[in-house]
Amino acid sequence: MKNFLRILFLAAFFLGFQFYSNAAEKVEYLKTDWSFKGPFGKFDRAALQRGYQVYQEVCSSCHSMKYLNYRNLVEKGGPEFPVEQAKAIAASFEVKDGPNADGEMFMRPGRLSDKFVMPYENEKAAQAANGGAYPPDMTVLVKARGGGVDYIYSLLQGYEDPPAGVSLDDGVYYNKYMYGNKIKMSNQLSEGLVEYSDGTNSTVEQMAKDVTTFLMWTAEPHLETRHRMGFKAIIYLIILTVLVYFSMKRIWSRIETDV
Amino acid sequence: MSEHEYTPKSKVGKWFNDRLPLLTLANHLTDYPTPKNLNYWWTFGGILTFCLITQIVTGLVLAMHYIAHADLAFASVEHIMRDVNYGWLIRYIHANGASMFFLAVYIHIFRSLFYGSYKSPREIIWIIGIIIYLLMMAAAFLGYVLPWGQMSFWGATVITNLFSAIPLVGEGVVTWLWGGYSVDNPTLTRFFTLHYLIPFLILGLVVLHIWALHVPGNNNPIGIDIKKPSKDTVPFHPYIVIKDGFALLMFMIVFAFFVFYTPNILGHADNYIEANPLVTPAHIVPEWYLLPFYAILRSVPDKLLGVIAMLSAILILAALPWLDTSRIRSAVFRPLYKQFYWILVADVLILGYVGAMPAEGLYLLIARIATAYYFLHFLIVLPVLGFRERTIPVPLSITEPILGGSPNLAAVKKRDNLKIQ
Repeated sequence: MKNFLRILFLAAFFLGFQFYSNAAEKVEYLKTDWSFKGPFGKFDRAALQRGYQVYQEVCSSCHSMKYLNYRNLVEKGGPEFPVEQAKAIAASFEVKDGPNADGEMFMRPGRLSDKFVMPYENEKAAQAANGGAYPPDMTVLVKARGGGVDYIYSLLQGYEDPPAGVSLDDGVYYNKYMYGNKIKMSNQLSEGLVEYSDGTNSTVEQMAKDVTTFLMWTAEPHLETRHRMGFKAIIYLIILTVLVYFSMKRIWSRIETDV
Repeated sequence: MSEHEYTPKSKVGKWFNDRLPLLTLANHLTDYPTPKNLNYWWTFGGILTFCLITQIVTGLVLAMHYIAHADLAFASVEHIMRDVNYGWLIRYIHANGASMFFLAVYIHIFRSLFYGSYKSPREIIWIIGIIIYLLMMAAAFLGYVLPWGQMSFWGATVITNLFSAIPLVGEGVVTWLWGGYSVDNPTLTRFFTLHYLIPFLILGLVVLHIWALHVPGNNNPIGIDIKKPSKDTVPFHPYIVIKDGFALLMFMIVFAFFVFYTPNILGHADNYIEANPLVTPAHIVPEWYLLPFYAILRSVPDKLLGVIAMLSAILILAALPWLDTSRIRSAVFRPLYKQFYWILVADVLILGYVGAMPAEGLYLLIARIATAYYFLHFLIVLPVLGFRERTIPVPLSITEPILGGSPNLAAVKKRDNLKIQ
């Protein structure tokens, strides 16, 4: 047993090393309570629905969400919009389909099975419309940034006047959480920008938190299942380990050696 | 080893066994005499077998859904994560499984180093092990390219570019590896093919590794040969099976923790950005398990010499049975070697750390010192130590120290505590 603790210690050391080396250039991010953190973490359903609203009304004019389908909005573990509402959301978008019997492409209202409609035809069009900067696709954005949700949450609230001596080009903004502090996205959130349908007060902080929660879900749509299953799996493994430990003791008691 | 004749009891069994002695093999595997003083560091062989099978099974399922095409690979991984039933679970087991595999293999290798398991008559087991380790690194690198994220793409670019250091034909070799003039679709498809092939090569070598092990039998913490099999060993089943099983379950708890609660912590965030040949990431870093060798590569200013240093760092291990001149296997009886062993462990950890840091200033200096020490350990310290070290007398048999009646054991413990050199 003592040896085992040593092994675990060494393993922890190895891995800790890795985390430490990754943490080298960290900035202090703004902190908030995320309902989805921890082994029992779940999404706050209302926050996901509000977050979708923020994404839709603010972000989606530039940022695509290419790996998401409208049907995902209904699925368990997500915002869980009622089917009718999700259908209405999908139908509010025009989707290019075809070719039809005449060989023509045509536009039709969106369906649940459609992918989220992209704001631009392609990356070049997105760049052309945004001063050369490509607004990244948002589906897995929180997993694609070192600080994860804390980083996105902070960035949305991190706009400041540049300190003396820092000059900014046209269309470049100062953000204290951005890598290199220069960002081509202007400050998007302002008090009361979105009128929440559930009556929540739309402060900048609230909107940042809601939309970040939504982005966490788009990046990890099965997070709730994962947490639930992980808990069961680990409890199962612990019980089995204890049983096997006592069986082992019993079997080895025939030998005058300790295990 | 004592090989008693085995005859199946049933007539059918005997008929079959005379034609293909599978039952004899099964009997050998269950009865295989194993030293009874093996500690938990010896359970990692079984754990590694589990890791290999896990990787093969999950990999097989992933390959059914993955699309090896530069335009589709990233999206197909997201398809696995979202729409394939439990695809997220399978992929996270596979991705974290690679890290767990390396964690276990490093413990396995360092166990060998501590207890001198590479020494006569186990050199072949050791060399096969080194080849497996090399193939594991290749498989891990190739696999990391498949999601076609930014780190995949740029990692592949950096590593394949190492071949350009070969004099005269370097550039040609790189073009040949890429299947074009940069890392692109042809590179991805061949990497996928090779990533699928290598695990089965490893599986074959694992069979040889175990076969070679079953000829002389296991080494043990005391590092002496088995004197009386009846007293010093236990049959593999049930004694070792249940012990390995217990250790494996402990390992699986750690594994499950990573898969279910921090599945992305061992990967790099940039790999969730689709590969873009026009944008270079700020830092290109390999996975944690390759960092010590990456540090060695970067600590040499010349590209070709750097590549040679990195390869030698691994290949030098194959020569270890002859570089270590001491006839005593276990570090338990080698007070000086024991200290150098721990210095080596620290040295490798330091190399891993600086490998993750930018190669400049103090980090570069530390990397150079640690690299020099790494080679010093194998080329100077080990050969000299075998001749100069005053070792502690080893017990006569395995049973002797276990029963606690040995005057030798008392000496061991006392000297251990006093740290006499």
